[in-house]
Amino acid sequence: MHTLTNQIRPAIVSLLALTLITGLIYPLAVTMIAQAAFPHQANGSLIVVGGQVRGSALIGQPFDDPKYFWGRPSATSPTAYNAAASAGANDGPLSPALAEAVQARIDALRAADPQASGPYPVDLVTASASGLDPQISPAAAAFQVRRVAAARGLSEEQVRQLVAQYTEGRTLGVLGEPRVNVLALNLALDALQ
Amino acid sequence: MTANGWLQIVVYMVVLLALSMPLGRYMARVYAGRATFLAFVERPLYRLFGEGASAEQGWRQYALAMLLFSGLGMLVVYALQRLQAALPLNPAGLAAVAPDSAFNTAASFATNTNWQGYSGEATMSYLSQMLGLSVQNFVSAASGMAVVAALIRGIARRTTATIGNFWVDLTRTTLYILLPLSLLLALALVSQGVVQTFGPYVDAPMLQATTGVDGGPVTAQVLPMGPAASQVAIKQLGTNGGGFFNVNSAHPFENPTPLSNFLELLAILLIPAALCTTFGALVGDARQGRALLAAMLIVFVPLLVVGVAQEQAGTPQLAAQGVDLAASDAQPGGNMEGKELRFGVVGSAMWAAATTAASNGSVNSMHDSYTPLGGLVPMFLMLLGEVIFGGVGSGLYGMLAFAIIAVFIAGLMVGRTPEYLGKKIEAFEMKMAALVILIPCAVVLGGAALAVATPWGRGALYDPGVGYTSIYNPGAHGFSEVLYAFASMGNNNGSAFAGLGANNPFYNVVGGLVMLIARFWLMLPVLAVAGSLAAKKAVPVGPGTLPTHTPLFVALLIGVVIIVGVLAFVPALALGPIVES
Repeated sequence: MHTLTNQIRPAIVSLLALTLITGLIYPLAVTMIAQAAFPHQANGSLIVVGGQVRGSALIGQPFDDPKYFWGRPSATSPTAYNAAASAGANDGPLSPALAEAVQARIDALRAADPQASGPYPVDLVTASASGLDPQISPAAAAFQVRRVAAARGLSEEQVRQLVAQYTEGRTLGVLGEPRVNVLALNLALDALQ
Repeated sequence: MTANGWLQIVVYMVVLLALSMPLGRYMARVYAGRATFLAFVERPLYRLFGEGASAEQGWRQYALAMLLFSGLGMLVVYALQRLQAALPLNPAGLAAVAPDSAFNTAASFATNTNWQGYSGEATMSYLSQMLGLSVQNFVSAASGMAVVAALIRGIARRTTATIGNFWVDLTRTTLYILLPLSLLLALALVSQGVVQTFGPYVDAPMLQATTGVDGGPVTAQVLPMGPAASQVAIKQLGTNGGGFFNVNSAHPFENPTPLSNFLELLAILLIPAALCTTFGALVGDARQGRALLAAMLIVFVPLLVVGVAQEQAGTPQLAAQGVDLAASDAQPGGNMEGKELRFGVVGSAMWAAATTAASNGSVNSMHDSYTPLGGLVPMFLMLLGEVIFGGVGSGLYGMLAFAIIAVFIAGLMVGRTPEYLGKKIEAFEMKMAALVILIPCAVVLGGAALAVATPWGRGALYDPGVGYTSIYNPGAHGFSEVLYAFASMGNNNGSAFAGLGANNPFYNVVGGLVMLIARFWLMLPVLAVAGSLAAKKAVPVGPGTLPTHTPLFVALLIGVVIIVGVLAFVPALALGPIVES
């Protein structure tokens, strides 16, 4: 018993002290430094146009108008790109549910642009993990250039140049994937006209 | 697999190994008491602990201290959840968590598992998150690292009764290792776009309105905020894995860029890899640490490559629908279902391998949507007992138990008393090492068997009298999900397959007990071995000594790990995933 009572005090004191250090001081210190050094990123990388918040550069938005580029299919509920409830579809790779969903997305792409034909870029017809993916591949953007140009009365070349302007390569040439930010591109399209 | 895929794997492994070595040597200085620049914080703490509380302890005292600390921590997490409705920092007015769920969560976070049976942000108040769960992210990791430090001392010391002091190891691990690394990583992540604010959620108008379920227009998005970066950093470094947002590290606010993905991926394996170097430094023979690291890498890297290659290949079903699966500089190709574009197939499949190898459990893609063979990689890594890197501390002490078994088997072959690093391995050490290896198998298989054998585990799909559904998918797939859940809890991993309703009294209570047994019933035999080895004198190296730093020993060790893992789980796998495919 003697050894047990000897250990109770350090157990209580260490838990209290480490709670104070890791549960309060640490997150507060990170917040203070982050807010001072990286205020834009720490507060959600918001896109502000004319003093008004237009969304976040990191969170995708739903688009199905032919004049906009469309992002990755989103499985959030109750509506797509619900930023308050991130979710993936969790469909198995061989499940009929996935095959049906992919077919529906292909049909939607063809309905918006009857001239569209396969092959379809994979990221444009499969759901993202978060349901909030802000980016598409350059191939998925190129696939949509004709539709967007026609809907806006722009030349395909004009739209293609804008896509190129908003295309980011792999980080340091190695990491991740080349990508196009859909919301930023669509805002730029609107600003063009 | 693409050239860029190979390049990303090579860059990752090179940077991981390059960083783990200096960190491992630094951690050896911390556990040897030679790093002292934070003494001004440490000394007052030790005084508060009481007289003699920071003196050397025998293994029983060390174990008692560890159990008391973990028990008290668990009690606090439980109490915070039960009382959160009456406590401050609960702006959403969340009610008290149900007793069974609160028990499960307390056990989960105190055991470094971070299985999340509850439904995310809708359950925990800010206070429960900060003072309960976040604190356990640090201290459960620190407890695991303390125990492995004690085991290493037991191996390195000669004819002594003590193996260090738990309170000192706990404090030093937190202050010298986990806090500085977390601070650096958190700030790097914020620079990439991980949110870190106590401000309110942001309403942003959407460029194009969409139609809501009620038929009316939805014109704005609610952007969630919070102090995410500080929690994401320790969740990765401490092999915890519990996410800040619902989809964990797939969420753009938790993991916004390829660079943040690379840093978080490094953080998953950094400390488990570095501990191998620490081991070599503390036993005075760097080759011993390199041998263990080599064994881990030889199992890990091929599985990593297989996982990436399988996901990159995608499925013929998608290709048949007219989808372009070919990778190029214009698109990632492959199986992109449930993956984020910025990570692509490579950054996602590498993560899946690392997070299950390290008992981390965080995800940046949806494992349920992986190709059959790509999805087998995470399952296989988990069932190997979380010793291929494994949890911080727990992975290395598990691997050292396998090393003891390996020298014992080698000793049997040549008829000599086995020894490891100059210490005779006798019946007591073997019994304890066998416990360390067999208990996770027993609780995983026992838990899964109990679940499918009782109405409360099978749920309303099979027994309509039960008030809840737990198994949603009948047949082999349902069994796979039960097996995955218990494999995850019984190896303190915490990752989950969707499709199993686990937030009910049966899974909460049985799962909580499984996590507690798998954590503490392993730590006790590990500390007993530490105490027993510390008391022994060193035997000189002779011609019959099996060197434990050679390729031969590495091969033997890998063989033992794989044979035990495969033998224990093949019958159960045959009933689940194998029938399914």
